[in-house]
Amino acid sequence: MDEKNLIEMKDLVLNYIIKEYIDEDEEKITYDTALISSGYVDSFSMVSLLVFLENKFKIKIPSSKATPEAFNTVNKIVDLVNQYIK
Amino acid sequence: MSNIGSYEDRLKNFAWSIAEDELDYKSGEIINIGWYCSDRICQKGKADKIALYYEGFEGNEKKFTFNDVRLASNTIGAFLKNLGLKNEDRVCLFMDRIPELYFAFLAVLKIGAVVQPLFSAFGDESLFVRLDNAQTRAIITQNKHLSKIRKIREKLPNLEFIIVVDQVRTKKTENREIGFSLEDTPPVEKFTIFPTKAESPSVLHYTSGTTGQPKGVKHVHYSLISQYLTTKWVLDLRDDDIYWCTADPGWVTGTSYGIIGPWSLGVTQCVLDSGFSAPAWYKFIEKYKVTMWYSAPTAIRSLMKAGDEVVKNYNLSSLRHLASVGEPLNSEAVIWSERIFGKQFHDTFWQTETGSIMITNYPGMKIKPGSMGKPFPGITGAIVDSKTFEPILETGKVGLIAFKPGWPAMMRTYWNNNEKYREKFVNGWYLSGDKATIDSDGYFWFIGRDDDVINTAGHLVSPFEVESALLEHPAVGESAVVAKPDEVNMEVVKAFITLKPGFTASSDLELEIMNFIRKKLSSLAMPQEIEYMDNLPKTRSGKIMRRVLHAREWGEEIGDISTLEND
Repeated sequence: MDEKNLIEMKDLVLNYIIKEYIDEDEEKITYDTALISSGYVDSFSMVSLLVFLENKFKIKIPSSKATPEAFNTVNKIVDLVNQYIK
Repeated sequence: MSNIGSYEDRLKNFAWSIAEDELDYKSGEIINIGWYCSDRICQKGKADKIALYYEGFEGNEKKFTFNDVRLASNTIGAFLKNLGLKNEDRVCLFMDRIPELYFAFLAVLKIGAVVQPLFSAFGDESLFVRLDNAQTRAIITQNKHLSKIRKIREKLPNLEFIIVVDQVRTKKTENREIGFSLEDTPPVEKFTIFPTKAESPSVLHYTSGTTGQPKGVKHVHYSLISQYLTTKWVLDLRDDDIYWCTADPGWVTGTSYGIIGPWSLGVTQCVLDSGFSAPAWYKFIEKYKVTMWYSAPTAIRSLMKAGDEVVKNYNLSSLRHLASVGEPLNSEAVIWSERIFGKQFHDTFWQTETGSIMITNYPGMKIKPGSMGKPFPGITGAIVDSKTFEPILETGKVGLIAFKPGWPAMMRTYWNNNEKYREKFVNGWYLSGDKATIDSDGYFWFIGRDDDVINTAGHLVSPFEVESALLEHPAVGESAVVAKPDEVNMEVVKAFITLKPGFTASSDLELEIMNFIRKKLSSLAMPQEIEYMDNLPKTRSGKIMRRVLHAREWGEEIGDISTLEND
């Protein structure tokens, strides 16, 4: 995947997370902001984030791979998603 | 030797006056939990002892002595009093696990007001029904949760003050909002604590039932007696312990045993305000040399799932005693913890309504993995028949877990709902709503709930509340919500829905509905799975038969379906 597409993908995930999980007035969220350990996205909400990723990218992520560590930042999420995009 | 010593000897010689004497409390005198957890500890010569080690998600660390806790709770108390807040007013705490939450808890009690802690992940609708029911006069919160309060404040005429602990430097205040910074406020050395008595209201925790709105469980200052003694005898806390209770004070464990228990004993505790991850938790135990760890089966199962290898990277030899609460602790988790930590987790059973531990495994007593243990001394526990409400003497027969009323931490009523409160007592027993058996050695064995309430990761979710919220989504025609088995959380929420004409089932719509519930109620209440149906199973009179769907999810016999309208 080229750099431009990768950035677009990261922005797509980042914007979704900001829209759905984070208060609009919150401080700036970046690709490296901790999402799970910060409590922005809790373990129950991870399920809806997983559904979003699977719907949006037409992939299936095994539940064993959908760990708090793998979902902790936008960068890590995109790395995970890329493993399953054909 | 453990604090409890011989369980059998304690049973023979038990009286709650043991705790009263140790706390220097005499019947009819003033008893204030806020004072007991801070001022009294300082008077006992522990002013300079660390009360709290705090670590935030960004790794920021803070530590506070008992004198710091005393001053901070005085300072917040004085601020609240100056606003005109007074005894018996309800003051809600709606914060993450930041130090101000713990200090404000004691501060509210010190002014004689009723502290109403709410889980900060609640959505605006969940927040509204609880604030509305309690006619809450003030809420203490953080910037990050303010938008939820702003959405509902116009519907809450009793809510006069929205106190934001981190607002001063970052934002302008709006309608009814007041900024307060503990760091920027001069500490209040002398503060007149309100002279609460044993039956003065103290804490109001909300819990969910099968039907109706959440119920506010009212506790009183005398609950301290149970909470102090159970902390000492069950959690076995000692003066040199470093204690970690992983529960959030938005729930009863986080206050009874995450504030009141340890601090009334003058014990140092740690708080990690961070989402779950196995390495982070092990690192925290290693770093602070945690000796007593009180956690939950869901967390333990998540640690098991993370694998045994990760544990090897940390030195956890400080751990001396482990206990668990919230859901039944499966035998595999007990066996695993012994193998990994060299210690067994001790299951404890109690509820928001009981206020303190009721049935448990004691240090030094043989654990039967998977068992709940035995009733605490002073607690008369039994399994009663669900029709006659008479105790079942036969071992192994399933019945309702029941207790003889009268222990100090027992709820005093449901807020504004005394009728529901009275329904909890039948034939002289308090009915817990849980089912169990007793074996020939007197150990209790948990079977399950006696109603449709969903226990997900130790938190109760009302199917009624979720079904009602689902119906507010424009696409949903009908809804039924049941528990679905889950390897880690024991149960999760599953919704069955029919769609209104014009809507088509899709995974995008499923996601939209999930997020709708998450924002409205909470992530706990969000269905982890939604199944579209053409029709929901109903009785001929039109009532949705939840139990048919529940049985299907759990692979159980459906039972009598003679009243079923459709297949």
